[in-house]
Amino acid sequence: MPPVEEFEIEKKSALIGLKSPLSRIKIPIVPVLGVLLIAAFLFSFTIGRYSIPLPQLLQIIWGKTFGLAKSWPVTVETVLFNVRMPRILCAVMVGAALAGSGASYQGIFKNPMVSPDILGASAGAGFGASLAILLSFNIIGIELMSFCFGIGAVLLTYILSSIVGRHSNAVLLLVLTGMVVTSLFNAFTSIVKYVADPNNKLPEITFWLMGGLSSITPREVWMILFPFIIGVVPLVLLRWKLNVLSFGEEEAKALGLNTRRVRYVIIIASTLLTSSAVAIAGMVGWVGLIIPHLARLVAGPNYKRLLPASLLIGATFLLLVDDVARTLFTMEIPLGILTAIIGAPFFLYLLLKGRHGWE
Amino acid sequence: MKLEIKNAACGYGKKNVLKDISVFVNSGEILCLLGPNGVGKTTLFKTILGFLSLQHGLITLGGTDLSTMPARQFARKLGYVPQAHTPPFPFKVLDVVVMGRTAHMGAFATPSKNDIEIALSSLERLEIGFLKDRAYTEISGGERQMVLIARALTQTPDFLVMDEPTSSLDYGNQIRVLRQVCRLAKDGLGIIMTSHFPDHAFLCTSRVALIKRDGNLVCGNAHDVITEENLKETYGINVKVTEIEGPNGEAIQTCVPLMN
Repeated sequence: MPPVEEFEIEKKSALIGLKSPLSRIKIPIVPVLGVLLIAAFLFSFTIGRYSIPLPQLLQIIWGKTFGLAKSWPVTVETVLFNVRMPRILCAVMVGAALAGSGASYQGIFKNPMVSPDILGASAGAGFGASLAILLSFNIIGIELMSFCFGIGAVLLTYILSSIVGRHSNAVLLLVLTGMVVTSLFNAFTSIVKYVADPNNKLPEITFWLMGGLSSITPREVWMILFPFIIGVVPLVLLRWKLNVLSFGEEEAKALGLNTRRVRYVIIIASTLLTSSAVAIAGMVGWVGLIIPHLARLVAGPNYKRLLPASLLIGATFLLLVDDVARTLFTMEIPLGILTAIIGAPFFLYLLLKGRHGWE
Repeated sequence: MKLEIKNAACGYGKKNVLKDISVFVNSGEILCLLGPNGVGKTTLFKTILGFLSLQHGLITLGGTDLSTMPARQFARKLGYVPQAHTPPFPFKVLDVVVMGRTAHMGAFATPSKNDIEIALSSLERLEIGFLKDRAYTEISGGERQMVLIARALTQTPDFLVMDEPTSSLDYGNQIRVLRQVCRLAKDGLGIIMTSHFPDHAFLCTSRVALIKRDGNLVCGNAHDVITEENLKETYGINVKVTEIEGPNGEAIQTCVPLMN
């Protein structure tokens, strides 16, 4: 317990705090992150096995926008618009989707250790894709199956938690049933792998589960674009309410929030984002957990800035990691492996640094 | 205005905890709710706040049935001050206090300049303006309780419901918080608070609702309700209620628990 004279001491330290010049300087975090994303976006176009220097890139973009005569080779244009652009756009959306839904889930479940797959979305989507590969579906089939099973797993989590819980602690039950559903679908995936042909199907399933954007075509851009917009807009609009929700159901209600409605909208939007990201990129772990933490370090815990910051950092991060994945070696490195290699030590660093932003 | 609980029965689901509770608070008045652990003080609070539905009876505010009031309107009339706790994220104190504006803001809005002004004036009203840029998770328990009161004031309610505002505070901070509670009542707010100290009711010259161990409720002025017999029936211990002379010659009532 604090000493009796605590109020006085605090007053003094607050006065000293006011005089420090650092507190006066306000960096517009979100615009800065936006500029960083644009820089990473342009940079990503220039690198790859077929390297395109920045001046030529700008010239092509300039020429394309204003319909100037082509002064560049056709191969460059094909690489840019049919190969690189879709991949870059998908990396941006997948990264933003995973980080944004992670940040939202953390607020709703009042727990900074929560990640977007907590309700079973990733496990369900992974099973859907594995099953589709086993049944020799084409790429659209795989993505649709993964999407449907992702949403289905989350629905199952809901139904189970409402049967078990009725009126009691809804949030804790959701997390617990989410764990049950996740492990159930992971078991299903194992069955699929077990019966899959070890010569062709099993490697394909395994590789898909590792996550990656190597098979992206312009079609995938459209596949993720709509769920991405439908998911991201409500989160951005309701972002401030996440602050209130993170104080818990009862307090939020007493503050005048329709907790039920807001919570459902945010969970549905976040799940849509997660499932659509998993559907086109496979299992890309860690982004939804560590990016919100990173965003909290630079933008603070207020969701007014935290959510946009998470979206932007997530997009930039996955874009750069995907750049590494496609350029480091002649063979692609699965994205999920890279995000884990970067994510795990970063998470350890957060633990060592201790208690900052959580606990 | 009057917040009135009439013949209320409350509990969890079908399980009944309290029966036939009738009590009221007027604007500008403090009602101190006393009772032993587990008798149902929290249940009654949760029922007043609408977290639990009434099993029987009626709760009205200025004549309107509270159970029919939408959450937003409810929050503009009645502010809730929970026990101080630590949220998972280190929000700035000002950000926490601005959350009191939720019921006044649009569905997709973020706080306006006006909302922030109101939050700042709530902090000033409690003389804790210096805390505004501190992390809510890093201030002391007493300060946190004050911040939660400021947040409830930011709702601009007519009534405050305070759940043990002095619990887990040191001796000095308990009195500091009570001083502010008395001031708010003088300014015209109606306040219901729970406490484990009968003395607090004397200090705030409040009305008292005493829930005895058998679930019976005694209601009235502190002097009439806080008697040696009633305290014995409530807490099961012997208590001496006595009067001492204050520094200006005024009479101060106080309770002294006895070891045997």
